[in-house]
Amino acid sequence: MNIQAGFKPTAAEAALVEAYDKQLGDLPGDGATLAARDALLSDLKTAGLPTRRIEAWHYTDLKSLLRAVPAYRDEMTASRVDPIVPGSTVLSVTNGKANLRSLQDGISVRSYADALLDGSAAERLSERDRDDAIGQINGSFVRDGLSIEFADGLEVETPIEIQSVQNCGQVSTRFPVRFGAGAKATVIERHLAVGDEAALVTSVSDVRLDDGAEITWIIFQSQGEADTHLAQFKASLGANANLRLYVINGGGKLVRQEIHVAVAGEGSNLTLRGINLLGGESHTDVTFTVGHNVPHTTSSEVIRNVVFDRAKGVFQGQIRVAPDAQKTDAKMSCNTLLLSDDADFSAKPELEIFADDVQCGHGATVIDINHTQLFYLMARGIPENKARAMLVNAFVAEIVEELEDEALVESLEGVITDWLDRHA
Amino acid sequence: MLEIKNLHARIAEDGTEIIRGLNLTVRDGEVAAIMGPNGSGKSTLSYILAGREDYEVTEGDILYNGESILELDPSERAAKGIFLAFQYPIEIPGVATMQFLKVAMNEQRKARGEDELTTPDFMRRVKEAAAELQISPEMLRRPLNVGFSGGEKKRSEILQMALLEPRLCVLDETDSGLDIDALKIVADGVNALRSPDRSVVVITHYQRLLDYIVPDTVHVLYKGQIIKSGDKTLAHDLEANGYADIIEAAA
Repeated sequence: MNIQAGFKPTAAEAALVEAYDKQLGDLPGDGATLAARDALLSDLKTAGLPTRRIEAWHYTDLKSLLRAVPAYRDEMTASRVDPIVPGSTVLSVTNGKANLRSLQDGISVRSYADALLDGSAAERLSERDRDDAIGQINGSFVRDGLSIEFADGLEVETPIEIQSVQNCGQVSTRFPVRFGAGAKATVIERHLAVGDEAALVTSVSDVRLDDGAEITWIIFQSQGEADTHLAQFKASLGANANLRLYVINGGGKLVRQEIHVAVAGEGSNLTLRGINLLGGESHTDVTFTVGHNVPHTTSSEVIRNVVFDRAKGVFQGQIRVAPDAQKTDAKMSCNTLLLSDDADFSAKPELEIFADDVQCGHGATVIDINHTQLFYLMARGIPENKARAMLVNAFVAEIVEELEDEALVESLEGVITDWLDRHA
Repeated sequence: MLEIKNLHARIAEDGTEIIRGLNLTVRDGEVAAIMGPNGSGKSTLSYILAGREDYEVTEGDILYNGESILELDPSERAAKGIFLAFQYPIEIPGVATMQFLKVAMNEQRKARGEDELTTPDFMRRVKEAAAELQISPEMLRRPLNVGFSGGEKKRSEILQMALLEPRLCVLDETDSGLDIDALKIVADGVNALRSPDRSVVVITHYQRLLDYIVPDTVHVLYKGQIIKSGDKTLAHDLEANGYADIIEAAA
């Protein structure tokens, strides 16, 4: 396969094409799957990786930022770790391969590789649009993942942790998850690296909430300092469905986490809370779109960023309100605490409103440590460095506390404190 | 305990001089009241004692147990036993009250070379002190000062003071915004802490608080200087006649 004449691929682009040719023989899938993969790779080859000239990638020029692609390796050795919330049910994917286990009645778990093999995955192995580089790369290379279905009315108390862990190489996974009508559950989607060798990880979660489902979904990413993590979370919400989505980034060298939610049923609600803990020389991009497609839907988004060292962060958030989506209520805010002179954060909130009876708002702030609060803590005998750390922690803990579930709050505050202890 | 000598201080940002040659001595065990009209420099004095960076000392010195504290940052001063009860306690969302109390107590202990408190010991101390001040466990579960009423904030300040066991307590307008019941609770809390080796500086605009926390000495602050000192009867004179006579006499 050749890149178009006159088009000079970057090292990473060439490596992706070469990797596809090499792996094609053992990528799982029937004819329909293969056709879908070929179509995605062909689009990627035609346009190349996106540059800053593509609006959706303006702050993350993937063509120049993705310098190299580590080779796929079959002999990876990572194994699962303890879940974030003690006592969770763990569904692990180690080095890109799902370890199946059966769960309680009402939850069906299948290997995504099976869906690739029998062709049932092919239809959704698609791209969102021609600029969907994550959909293209993931769809071309995906080998496994988990297809999970929650029965109608099922209420699951114990959190379920989908844990994808690897130590190097290439990992592409997919997680189609359907929550039946009225289902209630907490899912933790966790991506992490063990070891220091570079990895390229891509992941797509394709989630559907049927009418009245109430779901808490937490994405926690703690890849290694050399890793590239390209992920997408897509969800569609039925009538009166409620999705509480937390996205926590605390790792990786080059990270793009996309979130695309269709608030598609009347009375449905999305609550998005994002925490970006950025340090070192990393580049982390959270790109979010929400479509309010019908009347009487709500969404609220709060993103909190803590940026140390020479790290760079991006938040692009777009609220779209369709012409007949009256009574939409959508609010988005993005607050950043810059903790070094070289730290950098770009925020681009966007409203696209085609209905006239709506309440929509957005705001973005960049702040420093509050000196009055710092003085208050120090006046109680807390040394400056410790007082600063408490205030940084408080800045993000405030939104974790909204979760109210004590075990969940404590566990997430734990991972945040650990991260801050390593970086402050 | 405290000796302020010819203190001059200004706002760091714009250079406005607020304290202009202030002299004050507070002995061990003494309760000294500092009264003065608005704008006389009362709150500024409290902030300077606590070490707030927004103010710059340009002349003079502050001796605490014979040592200058001007070079110490607020946390070092606190660890040495200086406590400021804020006129407007600061809300800190995301910092749990209990966690804050524990960190503050243990950091001060560490700075003094003492062992950290065990959790049961810490809990016991907080429970006892909170009960005295009628502070509910529910209040202690909230983030620091967040959603506290004016009275709750002031009681929370006195709780911190009781737990941190300072040597020098500076109360900045602790009576402002308190109704009479809350004022009594706060005053009882302060009186319970009176001891021969602990001194208290009560900064207030009104004499009312001094009916409950009876001072040994009263000092009138005006335009950044102490213009008159006396015993508790001075506070009553001020209440009856206002500041005008004293200001005129000093002019």
